[in-house]
Amino acid sequence: MWGAVVLIGVGTYLTRLSFIGAFGEREMPAWLERPLRYVAPAVLGAIVLPAVVMPEGTFDLLPASNPRFLAAVIAGAVAIKWRNVSVVIAVGMGALWILDWLL
Amino acid sequence: MVVKVAALSSEETVEQPQRQRKNGFSDGARAVAPLLLAVIPFGLVLGVTAAGSLVGGGLGIATSFIIFAGAAQLVTVQLIDGGTSLLVVVVTALVVNVRHLMYSAAMAPHFSDFPRRSRWILPYLLTDQAFAVSILRYETTSDPGYKRWYFTGAGLALWSSWQVATVAGVVLGAQIPESLGLAFAIPLVFLVLLIPVVQTRPGLLAAVVGGLVAVAASEAPYGLGLAIGALVGVTAGVLTERLGER
Repeated sequence: MWGAVVLIGVGTYLTRLSFIGAFGEREMPAWLERPLRYVAPAVLGAIVLPAVVMPEGTFDLLPASNPRFLAAVIAGAVAIKWRNVSVVIAVGMGALWILDWLL
Repeated sequence: MVVKVAALSSEETVEQPQRQRKNGFSDGARAVAPLLLAVIPFGLVLGVTAAGSLVGGGLGIATSFIIFAGAAQLVTVQLIDGGTSLLVVVVTALVVNVRHLMYSAAMAPHFSDFPRRSRWILPYLLTDQAFAVSILRYETTSDPGYKRWYFTGAGLALWSSWQVATVAGVVLGAQIPESLGLAFAIPLVFLVLLIPVVQTRPGLLAAVVGGLVAVAASEAPYGLGLAIGALVGVTAGVLTERLGER
């Protein structure tokens, strides 16, 4: 595990250094720029959706057996309005606990 | 700018480098201060979840020092805990961090005026937040000394808060029962990060397609579902953008 973490650390540093270290003045090539723009939404979507619609490994949207989906919908609505990590964590966790307790 | 420099007395010119350094550093640190409201809870969540996972508190704290990229660290903790093969963990975390190429390219013209040592050390501090505040400030200043210290101030403020928050999370995490479901805070953090990047139609499509494919591919071996989803999502975003141009 430590080896994996060190590899990720070195790789991350190299992506940060990349253009600063190698090119100085050179611009990012256009063919690379376009896909890079969609890495963030694609990766985040691919992390969030499975975690909320199938937290136990099977697809489940029912609040009684998977309160996380409904809690995430509520947190998502709040996130659109405020975009504040602390607020969204508080609302999402609160919703999860209340749903857990109610159902 | 030239006019301004010429107007300074010789005494002021001598003082200039030191003032640049002090002003730049504190301006940079001050610019990221409001962002710390978001960074600190994120670091706490990371520490809490790392402590409660197979990764453990010690390595959890080390990721903040070695990787220093929140989203990649959370993905690493989550995947290792889910039993994903380490090779896939490394590849996925690096995919999450590939956006740094973009930041590096945007910063390169500004950093090219910095001393060599800064050009090697400062990229370690290149995070989403340090990038965002610095690139904005760089539009209105052309002084390399000020730029360098501005970035250093912003970067170090974020770095130190991140380390402290992670350690605090690990310490707290050891005392928090599993039944509270705090691991749910991870997708919540990502949900907030998702909002600004889905404001365009291709961005939204990349996220939706990436998410759906990751769900469909969740049975893929070695925990590759996330990487497959991300790849198809990026493709969907690029194609949508191309179609929009016609």
